[in-house]
Amino acid sequence: MNDPKTRPSDWATSNKRNTLRLRYWTLAWVAMMAVAAFGPKYIWDFATLPTILALLMSMGVGFGMIVANKRYLQGLDELHQKIFLDAGALTLGVGLVCGLSYELLEDIKLISFEPEISHLVVLMCLTFLVGMIFGHRRYQ
Amino acid sequence: MRNRLKVLRAERDWTQAQLASELEVSRQTVNAIEKGKFDPSLPLAFKAARLFGMSIEDIFQDEATS
Repeated sequence: MNDPKTRPSDWATSNKRNTLRLRYWTLAWVAMMAVAAFGPKYIWDFATLPTILALLMSMGVGFGMIVANKRYLQGLDELHQKIFLDAGALTLGVGLVCGLSYELLEDIKLISFEPEISHLVVLMCLTFLVGMIFGHRRYQ
Repeated sequence: MRNRLKVLRAERDWTQAQLASELEVSRQTVNAIEKGKFDPSLPLAFKAARLFGMSIEDIFQDEATS
């Protein structure tokens, strides 16, 4: 008869490695975004070449983060993939509906300020977080 | 879908974590399957069947036909 040992499985080790990899790529992307956003004003006085380079590097690291996220997702077990998928679907729906409605608010003169993309990003992050929390609670 | 995972695990004196490690899933997934909150995929059901040395039908039963 099989007797499972208490050692961490290859799957658990691989999952941990994928999580760490995603964390490092995300931190690198946030750092590069900060350089691309604030560098032109505070470091190189809007010189074109460094601005373009910073933007390209930010996008390159961003694509690295996307690949890391894909590997992370593929490394999850099927329940966690489902929780992730449900939260992602909710986020996509809320982002689309609320994002377009928010943009419409200015067009139809219900708000006087320009809608900020960052507001939508915050809303999508919070929606994803809530979706993940509810997903985990549902299967506890 | 009903299953005998909890009984089979208890017969072998395994913890959920140990079974999860063998099936290469998280402990939460084993718990959700045992409670009937989550139905495993066919590959995972086959893996469980291989682990316990049984057929899938001996472990998982469709509630509509049982």
